[in-house]
Amino acid sequence: MFTILGIPGPLLFGQLLLGVINGAFYAMLSLGLAVIFGMLNIINFAHGALFMMGAFVSWMLLNYLGIGYFPSLILSPLIVGVFGLVLEKTIISRLYKLDHVYGLLLTFGLALVIEGLFRNAYGSSGMPYRIPDALQGATNLGFMFLPNYRGWVVLVAIVVCLATWAIIEKTFLGARLRAATENAPLVQAFGVDVPRLITLTYAGGIALAAFAGVLAAPIYSVNPNMGSSFINTVFAVVVIGGMGSIMGSIVTGFGLGVIEGLTKVFYPQASATVIFLVMVIVLLAMPRGLFGKAV
Amino acid sequence: MLEVKGLNAWYGESHILHGVDFEVRDGEVVTLLGRNGAGKTTTMKSIMGLVPRREGSVRYNGTETVGLAPNFIAKAGIAFCPEERGIFGSLSVSENLMLPPIVAPGGLSVDEIYTLFPNLRERAGTSQGTKLSGGEQQMLAIGRILRTGAKMLLLDEPTEGLAPVIVQQIGRTIREIKARGFTVLLVEQNFRFAATVADRHYVMEHGRIIDMIPNAQLEANMDKLHDYLGV
Ligand SMILES: Nc1ncnc2c1ncn2[C@@H]1O[C@H](COP(=O)(O)OP(=O)(O)O)[C@@H](O)[C@H]1O
Ligand SMILES: [Mg+2]
Repeated sequence: MFTILGIPGPLLFGQLLLGVINGAFYAMLSLGLAVIFGMLNIINFAHGALFMMGAFVSWMLLNYLGIGYFPSLILSPLIVGVFGLVLEKTIISRLYKLDHVYGLLLTFGLALVIEGLFRNAYGSSGMPYRIPDALQGATNLGFMFLPNYRGWVVLVAIVVCLATWAIIEKTFLGARLRAATENAPLVQAFGVDVPRLITLTYAGGIALAAFAGVLAAPIYSVNPNMGSSFINTVFAVVVIGGMGSIMGSIVTGFGLGVIEGLTKVFYPQASATVIFLVMVIVLLAMPRGLFGKAV
Repeated sequence: MLEVKGLNAWYGESHILHGVDFEVRDGEVVTLLGRNGAGKTTTMKSIMGLVPRREGSVRYNGTETVGLAPNFIAKAGIAFCPEERGIFGSLSVSENLMLPPIVAPGGLSVDEIYTLFPNLRERAGTSQGTKLSGGEQQMLAIGRILRTGAKMLLLDEPTEGLAPVIVQQIGRTIREIKARGFTVLLVEQNFRFAATVADRHYVMEHGRIIDMIPNAQLEANMDKLHDYLGV
């Protein structure tokens, strides 16, 4: 068996892969949070709960309706996205004129309610979701065995993150979104229906979280707490990357996943805290985050 | 035709406009003159629906717009170029130009806008709208609303702080768009510039219109005007 810096290769690569996988979820979740924050000025504490809901909806589609993984990848984000749309229209939109802290409290409350409902209905022990047949098995990369499903998750996450980035930075709709983030009243005075744009942004960010939830279902068991275990780290990612920065969220998400994985190999005791250590250091050196723009 | 009657506006507790009355007929260029703080910008924002609270009547081509959200006022055919220009730093120059949606046929084509403002054609690829010079930003702010097909343009101090050659260019632009049938409400501090483009002038003071002077009688009313504007 070969070793790197005294660490057995398979262990190192195994943890590195875990880190990249976690990073993929950090990236997808913080991306949605960043877009929502830019547009709504709300830190969406319900993000983790809606990620969990995405996983649950795909579990329900499979177990109640016999709808499999691949259709779920589309259907579950659609269903949860519509749920997000209704939340924004009926509840969240009432808070825009108030202080930030109300939005934070409201979405935090929503997260507790959503998680509580699922816990009542399904308990908290978690339910398995089978990896689809097409993605079973593993591939020998020479230096390690890569489980096919994990490779798929990393690939899909990268594609989805880059597509989101491209939509926001390169399209006409994205230009409207960026402009409304800067100066919403003026964009509305040009004739753009900004309230609708805000609703769609929220629904889009939520759909992205739900999509991540579907991807996560076969890896982590489907359980009501799966969102909250991620979300603290995801907030750290958003803060480190710079609030509202799209590329910042993607790069920081993957980067922190890898840092976390490596810490597990070299100094396991710190693996739970290393991200917050990075956060403190980055904030001391660059208060706006790594990719934050000057205001 | 834009008819403003008994327009009141508030920012929170401060009552800024106290019954503003004036009208702009189709094809006219009309200015709002007045000292700093008289309420000219607030009048424009009130027409666009951009103040927290407004009362009274603003009719455009017979349609009452007080009570409409800004996007519906824009769709009715009124376009606004704000005093601070409102160029977006996260958008490229051409994205800034293409941002306002078309609300009616009859707007200028991008090519015609570049003919009016040749600098913009050269700078179209600039990645951040805010990297343009002040004059170029002003051209962009005017150019982008000419595209939309809105026929009633509200221009808030378009010449403020600009070099004389650019002020002349903006003057030519206003005369050109008037000739094409646009209607313009123009806020100006510089009444010598205003005299070169406008048909009539309204004078504002403390949130009210206190006088109206046709451009032809401007010379005859110079003393009064100096008194109003404190220049
Ligand atoms: N956002 C605001 N909040 C409170 N007061 C304001 C605001 N904007 C303008 N004002 C006040 O309203 C008055 C009119 O301002 P404004 O319409 O900008 O004047 P003008 O454009 O004629 O210089 C001023 O006394 C100004 O201080
Ligand atoms: Mg002003």
